[in-house]
Amino acid sequence: MSDQKSSGFSHEKIETNYFLMIVLIVLVISFGGLVEIVPLFFQKSTTVALEGVKPLTPLQLAGRDIYVREGCYNCHSQMIRSLVGDTMRYGHASDPGEFVYDHPFQWGSKRTGPDLHRVGGKYSDDWHKIHLHNPRDLVPESNMPGYPWLEATPLDASVIPEHMKALRKVGVPYSDEDIATAAEQVKDNTELQALIAYLQSLGLALK
Amino acid sequence: MNQNQTFYYDRVVRQFSVMTIVWGLVGMLVGVLIASQLAWPALNFDIAWLSYGRLRPLHTNAVIFAFGGSALFASVYYVVQRTGQTRLFAPKLAEFTFWGWQLVILSAAVSLPLGYTTGKEYAELEWPIDLLIAVVWVCFAIVFFGTLAKRRVKHIYVANWFFGAFILAVAVLHIVNSAEIPAGWMKSYSAYAGVQDAMVQWWYGHNAVGFFLTAGFLGMMYYFVPKQAQRPVYSYRLSIVHFWALIFTYMWAGPHHLHYTALPDWTQTLGMVFSLILLAPSWGGMINGIMTLSGAWHKLRDDPVLRFLIVSLSFYGMSTFEGPMMSIKTVNALSHYTDWTVGHVHSGALGWVGLISMGTIYFLIPKLFGQKEMYSKKAIELHFWMATVGIVLYIAAMWIAGVMQGLMWRALNADGTLTYTFVESVKATYPYYVIRVFGGLLYFLGMVVMAWNAWKTIAQGQSVSVAIPELSHSQRNA
Repeated sequence: MSDQKSSGFSHEKIETNYFLMIVLIVLVISFGGLVEIVPLFFQKSTTVALEGVKPLTPLQLAGRDIYVREGCYNCHSQMIRSLVGDTMRYGHASDPGEFVYDHPFQWGSKRTGPDLHRVGGKYSDDWHKIHLHNPRDLVPESNMPGYPWLEATPLDASVIPEHMKALRKVGVPYSDEDIATAAEQVKDNTELQALIAYLQSLGLALK
Repeated sequence: MNQNQTFYYDRVVRQFSVMTIVWGLVGMLVGVLIASQLAWPALNFDIAWLSYGRLRPLHTNAVIFAFGGSALFASVYYVVQRTGQTRLFAPKLAEFTFWGWQLVILSAAVSLPLGYTTGKEYAELEWPIDLLIAVVWVCFAIVFFGTLAKRRVKHIYVANWFFGAFILAVAVLHIVNSAEIPAGWMKSYSAYAGVQDAMVQWWYGHNAVGFFLTAGFLGMMYYFVPKQAQRPVYSYRLSIVHFWALIFTYMWAGPHHLHYTALPDWTQTLGMVFSLILLAPSWGGMINGIMTLSGAWHKLRDDPVLRFLIVSLSFYGMSTFEGPMMSIKTVNALSHYTDWTVGHVHSGALGWVGLISMGTIYFLIPKLFGQKEMYSKKAIELHFWMATVGIVLYIAAMWIAGVMQGLMWRALNADGTLTYTFVESVKATYPYYVIRVFGGLLYFLGMVVMAWNAWKTIAQGQSVSVAIPELSHSQRNA
């Protein structure tokens, strides 16, 4: 280590002082996140809702909770990239203003199944009902799991107002009235109906 | 000096070493199951808690945080004592990190199949478990840095720089990315929305790779490779340069997970540029590790433990070349969303993280239980070949499948229409999904061989206390 002693600053100062090392490590790892993340909170394109994008209805929100619970994002993206192959297959490229009410985002990282960002209105409710029960009844080559329990499970309406209140705290503009009437709106639905309502709401702002 | 202070505190190292094997078996078995579900969807059994969407997070959490995490805890606690020639700081707190971490893992194993999830990859655990993780992690940091503070050797050994960066960065990443608003017991929503949530998530996600799965394991490499090879680290200067470059650069690389998405272009470009730069510090680590063997290459022939360590570095070099390449936007346009990404992750996970952990555990088990070597050297050889062939089958299948999917999704007919429907690409992938199952199964069975070998070694040994050696004058001051 003798070659280290000749120059002005020696790394030895750091490697003999654990506190200095902690400070320098924290400093060095801070830059990337600060530069890449912080501006996104102030850019108009990433924070303002695109025209026509509204918070989910209580039933759609209940459906989204089920979408997250079942881990649909493990196989389905909700992000149409600005590439010809994507836009021809799935529709208009996704716009940042379409996701401002999405907590958490569900863009996904893998397409074991197709993208779902603009699946809303693409198939009928009945199609989804059969497909979610057993995908191979409609698409013989599919490797998607069946979700028969969704049809058999009544939706728990009592938790929806609490969920909406939590989302309001992080910026989704639900009114007191929205929240007060939510439980009434979603009662007597099954989990399957909620999930289909969510899927049918996806990506309608741009076509 | 207190009698107790003359021995290393290795109980917690033993506990984590054994649990590394146990959680390795569990996590990899779940991996084989979900790989099989993709090949044969009937294996979802139409049962909610056995369905792919719920079990895939269980697999990723189990192999990364339970298997990889236990291996890291074991080696950090072992190495920081040896390189500081001092007993662990606050052993009771270290014991708490063991039981706390096991509780985190058990909570994950129960809550994920039940459908409790935040919906953010590799950070699926719900808010009460997130809090427990944060508490355990702070205690881990206290034990680690406390031990560094009471070290009896002047210099902080290079392995500890990496361990320190790993512990600090993971704390920052976990706390920032897990910011969420509770909406009931075991239900929460991310504090961030849309684009910001995506960026925070992949800043977290990519640095979970960069710090949990890379910096931590490089720390492991810097101790166990020179030890097993009985050679000094190849270059001290290289270790300084690549350490600071690696921890600085990794933090910028996240946006390459979001190419061509709704993330603003400037962020994508920054992410790509830094991902390309990342090749240099990554290969610095690989070169430093592999070249440590210079003059002792012959040891690879008869030392299967060393072979685990060195081949892991080869996979590290390979996947850290592949990563920057896939971060180039035009390449990513083809590879993203396909099984190529899955192959890439597994060449790093099975090849680098898996093999170096196995090598480390093979090094540790005999020493921790008062044995000269593992019960069966032949079994280590067998494990090595099962693991290596398993990895090759796995990643080759995923490369072919991924490139094929990418090409099919973009293929256009002469009249400008799409050539293939999506499901045609699914149908074409089935054979590769089956090959992948066999590769993964082989890798898992190798782990079974390891478990048997460790069981036999531990059964004929006993827990030992190792005395802390006296320091020479030069060690104190050098």
